Amino acid sequence: MRYSGLKVITEGLFGNRGWGQVWRNPAPKAEYDAVIIGGGGHGLSTAYYLAKNHGLTNIAVLEKGYLGGGNVGRNTTIVRANYFLPGNSEFYSHSLKLWEGLEADLNYNVMHSQRGLINLFHSDGQRDAFARRGNAMINQGDDAELLDRDGVRALLPYLDFDQTRFPIYGGLLHRRGGTARHDAVAWGYARGADQRGVDLIQNCEVTGIDIEGGVVRGVQTTRGAIRAKKVGMVVAGRSSQVAAMAGLRLPVESHVLQAFVTEGLKPVIDHVISFGMGHFYISQSDKGGLVFGGDLDFYASYAARGNLPMMEHVMEAGMTLMPMIGRARVLRSWGGIMDMTPDGSPIIDRTPIEGLYLDCGWNYGGFKAVPASGWCMAHLMATGQPHEVARRFRLDRFATGHLLDEEGTGSQHNLH
Amino acid sequence: MRLTCPLCGPRDRREFHYLGAEEYLRRPAAEAASAAWDDYLHNRDNPAGETRDLWYHEAGCGQWLLVTRDTVSHDIRKVELVATLKGGAK
Ligand SMILES: Cc1cc2nc3c(=O)[nH]c(=O)nc-3n(C[C@H](O)[C@H](O)[C@H](O)COP(=O)(O)OP(=O)(O)OC[C@H]3O[C@@H](n4cnc5c(N)ncnc54)[C@H](O)[C@@H]3O)c2cc1C
Ligand SMILES: [Zn+2]
Repeated sequence: MRYSGLKVITEGLFGNRGWGQVWRNPAPKAEYDAVIIGGGGHGLSTAYYLAKNHGLTNIAVLEKGYLGGGNVGRNTTIVRANYFLPGNSEFYSHSLKLWEGLEADLNYNVMHSQRGLINLFHSDGQRDAFARRGNAMINQGDDAELLDRDGVRALLPYLDFDQTRFPIYGGLLHRRGGTARHDAVAWGYARGADQRGVDLIQNCEVTGIDIEGGVVRGVQTTRGAIRAKKVGMVVAGRSSQVAAMAGLRLPVESHVLQAFVTEGLKPVIDHVISFGMGHFYISQSDKGGLVFGGDLDFYASYAARGNLPMMEHVMEAGMTLMPMIGRARVLRSWGGIMDMTPDGSPIIDRTPIEGLYLDCGWNYGGFKAVPASGWCMAHLMATGQPHEVARRFRLDRFATGHLLDEEGTGSQHNLH
Repeated sequence: MRLTCPLCGPRDRREFHYLGAEEYLRRPAAEAASAAWDDYLHNRDNPAGETRDLWYHEAGCGQWLLVTRDTVSHDIRKVELVATLKGGAK
């Protein structure tokens, strides 16, 4: 079924009885050309582009829970292309361009909203660093504007500009940055993949990876064995466990990141604001809730909840930046588990096992990467060659020293 | 989360700085092959369940601690002083 404005109106007039099931619920077949482990944003986009760009439709996505029940439904939905390093810059630029055409491509409303992202700075040195980053973004073909204090004040008059610890000197404005509806991104890709014949198999946990003579043969699951010529591991937050099934030990440590949302308010924050010095960022969802977060809890964790000290820190940073939010009531907080790599950048690569591919290490920022990650992982799985914009996301870069340490914080998993 | 420091007693998580997995205690020899250094610096077992990792009692006694804990439940099982571990830390 094609969705359209007209369809919404006619369905509204006739009691919404005509909406069909959005995707099938197939039983797993005994064999596929390729299986993707993980039905999060990256797994679903990989399946979609395998079918759409490479004509591979005898494939399945195996998800241990329900589609989109992982981090893709737990993030704070920021979409941006403001990276600096060659390797990251072209990848996220490609992703943002895919975002800009995504709704038309998927025929699905993912509520992509380019409301503008502002990164604040608080010193002359930081201004120089952001000017340099902005130039890198412009050289990549993306947009960046350096705002002075008055420029920021015109957009965000409610900030406390004169706070003593971090007075606001200005900000880097990335107009094409913004947010999207996270669940809808998973659902849109799932529907698109299903329409092209991909089997989306839920409640199907992969428990083993079958390898013979260095070649992958298939997987063991809670719904039986499934043979496959190619297998993609796309299990953000569980990458170490799944890779261990193939005898691999990854450069990954898992950490919990928390986020918070307030009760719904009238529109008050029009942009995405990032206050790096306070480890705080915020935007307002279309439902009206203020959505905000900060840093990792900083210790290795698989608990989908964090501890109170980070919560307190985030609230303090928010109050420092914009005292007006003090009256809003926090409705919910939650945590998600992320693969942290020693340089803070992801991995999209082959593995030492033939036919087994890896897409992991998305750290804090894998939501905006969903389109390009799927695009590049599909390219890799279909052709055996890395895609041009993801060629530096190699698994062996830690051994060879070709790190992509965007923040320059050093080779420790939780520092990025 | 609270850690019971063997010297200072039960203390709030905020007094401690987390470094990473126990691996950091097994530093390869300077002349070891680069694969050993890669493993030491980057690769991790990263278990979902019991793990042992290093915490520094920054706002307390200033000792390094080896903590045995559960990464899923956040349960703390054992806290030892690195300085008194058998074999010691160099
Ligand atoms: C609080 C928070 C805020 C964030 N904010 C942002 C943001 O603003 N912008 C941004 O770009 N990124 C953000 N991120 C990061 C982003 O959410 C993740 O990097 C991204 O969602 C990870 O990829 P995914 O969608 O494929 O993961 P997931 O949705 O977690 O998908 C992985 C799937 O694999 C499945 N799986 C695991 N093991 C198995 C198995 N053995 N068998 C079968 N299936 C399995 C899981 O059930 C899961 O559904 C945030 C993350 C968190 C936690
Ligand atoms: Zn102590």
